[in-house]
Amino acid sequence: MIAIVDYGVGNLFSLCSSFKKIGADVTVTSEKSVIENARKIILPGVGAFEDAAKKLRETGLGDVVKAQAKSGKYMMGICLGMQLLLDKSFEYGCHEGLGLIAGNVTPIKGYVAPDLKIPHIGWNGLHFPKEHFLFKYLKEGDHAYFVHSYHATDCQDVIATTEYDKELTAAIGKDNVLGCQFHPEKSGEVGLRILRAFIEQKD
Amino acid sequence: MITKRIIPCLDVKDGKVVKGVNFEKLKDVASPIDLAKFYSDNGADELVFYDITASAEGRKLFTDVLTEVAKNVFIPLTVGGGIRSTADFERVLSCGADKVSVNSGAISNPLLIQEAAKKYGNQCVVISADIKRVNGKFHVFAKGGREDTGMDAIPWIVRCVGEGAGEVVVNSMDTDGVKNGFDIELLQLVCNAVDVPVIASGGAGSKNHFVELFQQVPTVDAGLAASVFHFGEIAIPDLKQTLKANGITVRL
Repeated sequence: MIAIVDYGVGNLFSLCSSFKKIGADVTVTSEKSVIENARKIILPGVGAFEDAAKKLRETGLGDVVKAQAKSGKYMMGICLGMQLLLDKSFEYGCHEGLGLIAGNVTPIKGYVAPDLKIPHIGWNGLHFPKEHFLFKYLKEGDHAYFVHSYHATDCQDVIATTEYDKELTAAIGKDNVLGCQFHPEKSGEVGLRILRAFIEQKD
Repeated sequence: MITKRIIPCLDVKDGKVVKGVNFEKLKDVASPIDLAKFYSDNGADELVFYDITASAEGRKLFTDVLTEVAKNVFIPLTVGGGIRSTADFERVLSCGADKVSVNSGAISNPLLIQEAAKKYGNQCVVISADIKRVNGKFHVFAKGGREDTGMDAIPWIVRCVGEGAGEVVVNSMDTDGVKNGFDIELLQLVCNAVDVPVIASGGAGSKNHFVELFQQVPTVDAGLAASVFHFGEIAIPDLKQTLKANGITVRL
């Protein structure tokens, strides 16, 4: 069973539906024991980093996720959920993340040319600097759907990038901890293939 | 690079997709669920669902239809029509919508955009404006295009974006249903005035109209249409090949 961690942030309907579509046994939960007993974990998230990090702390679910990551269980953060896996974010101040993957979250504004629109919204091509099981059903240049104003930097564990004037981090992965900046649950067949690769990965 | 988006719009009434010429003469086309799946499988980058009668008659959105669509279609879904409060946002978001488009609701409730953007994020709030030339000026219309608010369109859109709308749908009532091309003049004005994504709507009659749109207004992000897609006059995969052949970046 795949546990989608519900810590009060974001809309989990599509995420849940997309896992069901590929035949996965999925549950949305805020129960520590359910997360601990799950085969794999999804950390979702939309909105502001500070709010989400605070909710993870207050509910105690951040510690649960951290402990599960350290036990070697496969987990994937999506969008803000990916950003929360990193050390810290500079979105409106400086806020601590879960620190499961070394790196920071910094604004796209000021990084790319000033005439580009922020947030980076829409379908953009994925590029793979190295081979990764998550993208085994994809080919170079396949498109995913992005909506974000911040991205991962100072990270050695980038497994996919996208081009928006400059290179932006599209996905990160270190051992059993993975994260996608884009929304696989909104990326059509490409997104479903990523989720399928994730659920197929042996524990 | 980021691709230009092609967005079919499904106007929904009584659980069916309809499309009127200049908002009149409604004509049945197909089931929203079948049509949504078809479009998603055939290269649509996003779908917009409008409950076209909601503004005038206060109809509830067809949330059951929406739920079925969201269970089967995994591309971004925008829902509009009759959105007057954050409770309306909640209602459609909980059925799987990703973005909510406000039109008359933002006119009658000046706090709506701010409240919704604060609660759900700017990326979730789309301002959709029905715009028509009145005595040489661009006016915003309310209630599905039936009421002239007398407001100038550009300042209205700028204000909505300032309050937190993360995307703008510009629907030109002058070109809508006429199939003679998008309203380039109006779209240029809007694109110059705001720095959030702009979606062009109204006037698509041929593949070349989309080419013209993206070439003449390079900062426009997406082209939206209904009947030309619903009646099979333009197949989206064909359209995208044509765009690509003309140097426009699309998702194939």
